[in-house]
Amino acid sequence: MSFVENYKEHFEQLLSVKDKKELSGIRENAFNAFAEFGIPTSKHEEWKYTRIGALFNRPYRFLLDPSHAVTVADIDAFRLPGHQEANELIFVNGIFSSALSKIISKGLAVVPLEEAAADSRYKQLVAAHFGNSGHYLKDGINALNTALVNGAVFVQLTKGMAVGLPVYIYNINDARKENIFSQPRSLIHVTENAQLQIVETYFTLGVEESFTNQVMEIVVEENALLEYYKIQNDAGNANQVSTTHIRQAGRSYVHTVTVSLNGGIVRNNLNMILEAERCESHLYGLYFQKGKSHIDNHTVVDNVKPNCFSNELYKGVMNDESTGVFNGKIFVRQQAQKTNAFQSNKNILLSDDASVNTKPQLEIFADDVKCSHGCTVGQLDEEALFYLQSRGIGQKMARSLLIQAFASDILEHVKLAAIRKHVEHLVAERLEF
Amino acid sequence: MSKDNYDHVETSMNEELSAIEKTVLSDYKYGFVSNIEADEAPKGLSEDTIRFISAKKHEPEWMLEWRLKAYRQWLRMEKDEPRWANLKYTAINYQDIIYYSAPKQKSKPKSLDEVDPELRLTFEKLGISLSEQKRLTGVAVDAVIDSVSIATSFKEQLSELGIIFCSMSEAIREHPELVKKYLSTVVPPTDNYFAALNSAVFSDGSFCFVPKGVRCPMELSTYFRINAENTGQFERTLIIAEAGSYVSYLEGCTAPMRDENQLHAAVVELIAMDNAEIKYSTVQNWYPGDKNGNGGIYNFVTKRGICQGLRSKISWTQVETGSAITWKYPSVILKGDHSVGEFYSVAVTNNHQQADTGTKMQHIGKNTKSRIVSKGISAGYSNNSYRGLVHVGRKAENARNFSQCDSLLLGDKCGAHTFPYIEVKNKSAVVEHEATTSKIGEDQIFYCNQRGIDTETAVALIVNGFAKEVMNQLPMEFAVEAQKLLAISLEGSVG
Repeated sequence: MSFVENYKEHFEQLLSVKDKKELSGIRENAFNAFAEFGIPTSKHEEWKYTRIGALFNRPYRFLLDPSHAVTVADIDAFRLPGHQEANELIFVNGIFSSALSKIISKGLAVVPLEEAAADSRYKQLVAAHFGNSGHYLKDGINALNTALVNGAVFVQLTKGMAVGLPVYIYNINDARKENIFSQPRSLIHVTENAQLQIVETYFTLGVEESFTNQVMEIVVEENALLEYYKIQNDAGNANQVSTTHIRQAGRSYVHTVTVSLNGGIVRNNLNMILEAERCESHLYGLYFQKGKSHIDNHTVVDNVKPNCFSNELYKGVMNDESTGVFNGKIFVRQQAQKTNAFQSNKNILLSDDASVNTKPQLEIFADDVKCSHGCTVGQLDEEALFYLQSRGIGQKMARSLLIQAFASDILEHVKLAAIRKHVEHLVAERLEF
Repeated sequence: MSKDNYDHVETSMNEELSAIEKTVLSDYKYGFVSNIEADEAPKGLSEDTIRFISAKKHEPEWMLEWRLKAYRQWLRMEKDEPRWANLKYTAINYQDIIYYSAPKQKSKPKSLDEVDPELRLTFEKLGISLSEQKRLTGVAVDAVIDSVSIATSFKEQLSELGIIFCSMSEAIREHPELVKKYLSTVVPPTDNYFAALNSAVFSDGSFCFVPKGVRCPMELSTYFRINAENTGQFERTLIIAEAGSYVSYLEGCTAPMRDENQLHAAVVELIAMDNAEIKYSTVQNWYPGDKNGNGGIYNFVTKRGICQGLRSKISWTQVETGSAITWKYPSVILKGDHSVGEFYSVAVTNNHQQADTGTKMQHIGKNTKSRIVSKGISAGYSNNSYRGLVHVGRKAENARNFSQCDSLLLGDKCGAHTFPYIEVKNKSAVVEHEATTSKIGEDQIFYCNQRGIDTETAVALIVNGFAKEVMNQLPMEFAVEAQKLLAISLEGSVG
């Protein structure tokens, strides 16, 4: 239990800072939860296939101090295409850096979370939504982020504004000198009639190991629209647990695409809480793994109110010694009559040492619903391969074409053209076996 | 489909309809208590209880040792009582249970006439008159009433073929070498909490051995019945099919109405050698508790088969309509190359019943195949969960699995849950899983009403259609009874 003590020290240090009192209640509760649950082991049903315990045995530097050695040039190497025409929010070692960030859209407010918690305009929102993910993720790792929240940010898009320009979020770990443990945290509020596009990515500088434990909570209000894209293509020793918790508080539309191409142990929690009637959500995901990487996508679609629609499609291609996990849950509460919820997970295994564990779950308490789920594990279609080869296309090329087609079902749902091209390029690169 | 089959469908449909009419007023048809003087062990579980059971059954020393070892194992597993299932119930007090209760009988009867008349009446009430079945259906019945096998028929006919079909206690006495060789090879006492408990205190069960190349000419069947108050029933069944043999085994259950929860923890082991096939069918209709969820049987069962040999096949078919709590995962270990595992299930829950049931298919051998068809029907305030595992090991080349689990919801207070686990470690495997949840359409009901079929009958009709794929797997004798059961279990869930 030495790591609990270690984090307790950080925690007490944070509590002692006077001007951050607003969050101390939540923080204390979360720390108690962390001390109680600890780091999840494979005995925890939600962590059966993903073991992160061993990662915590290694020494990591966890920084509370916002100062860092990352320069603009460091980031330039990783910027996503289209960044000239985008707002950029940059977290370094889990702490928001306003100096490196760029906010060009009007109506987009970006405030440090501690300030927002004290500000009369945002106070209630923060109280209502900050830490909500903890109700769904009952494990120590989520609690740890809340307990040690530091350098977090509150983002609000003003009522009726279409941001026009997307928001790019970069999570950077500076592991050039030592192993880094970082905990980025944000709370995003998409107000009534507003439209927001978010693209998020992660990268680690240097060759040392990193562990990112991120929590992002998003609230989508009446008639608002959110598009959220996550691109994960970090180094093989960059581990992360990344939680995206989306509450559809009013009738709204949410569209998410998660593309995971590389990393160490990567765990994504995507929670979609449909709290209002007539919500619509789309969840797409592609995981294309190589080396010894481990990808775990845990999604929850919780239908609380009637007449909602959700569609989920996750596809995976596992190569080398990689392992893939998919766990999709659909809850339909007793009140949520007339729900339509669909879920599908398809996997291809390319190598002898790759494996995949999938668990599509349905939990339904209302009778007038249409819900289905399906999942498959298989290989490339022999007949399709033969068809291509018989027309003079080499085997390698034929395989790569088929995989591209498999992946394009997901990638076509990336609506930002520049980003879509970028991920398509990343996938094509990977296909040059 | 042949004409005969059509006739059968028609008759069973008529029977099913009249069965509903007959039982509209009856709550639990099989709820009665027969007064047979029981020979009971004192309440509670200790080494002494186990010695008592073992002595009662005149078991050899090695068996007692085996039981005691299992008991000590169980004590060590105290913290491992499974809590992961989607079930809610008050903790079981294992010291408040009578672990052995045998109907009093002076000597083993040679013919049915010697059987206690009251006992025979019990069977008649259940509609399984031994003599009737013996003459008309050709089913050999090894009836287990409260833990001890009472009458075994057709034994001689079977023994001519070399088939051993007897009670477990008899097998321990008569065929110790077979029991020693195979017992607990599929479900070891360390497997899980309830398997350990069963190993320590099992009172009786069935033993079946089919020798090489023999095709068992009749359906083997056992009716289990929990009888004396406060008695847990712990059967142990072991079926061995040697190379090239075939056996079909039926298990059916009814139990009288009780207020207190009764515990039931059975273990069933199946072993299929090269080219052998075992078909195991169950109809489970134990007392599910009253409309408010009081009483009912707690059913914690470990059933597992191993396809040991090449091209062997094990098929589980179950119709689960009873019990307050069902915790049951009949599994197949597909060890032999080209072996096949099947699981067909209909689980019906009504009122406050809870079921967490499904299967495990472990693909180990090459070219192994498995098929899972699960139909869950929930009504009232019940919760019905499917929990299944399909595991394809690293060396299981060309493994193939298809799973389908459909849920039907009747009413808006019940729940349907699906927890499929799919683990694939071989790239040549093809695994498919699909699941749907829906309710009976108003248009379907309207269509039936229009044609003069009242709503309750219409629901029974539609439910039977929904479950047909599984019902078709049951042997004929069972299919009729199972269809009746479906209708009875869902009584009063409409409107």
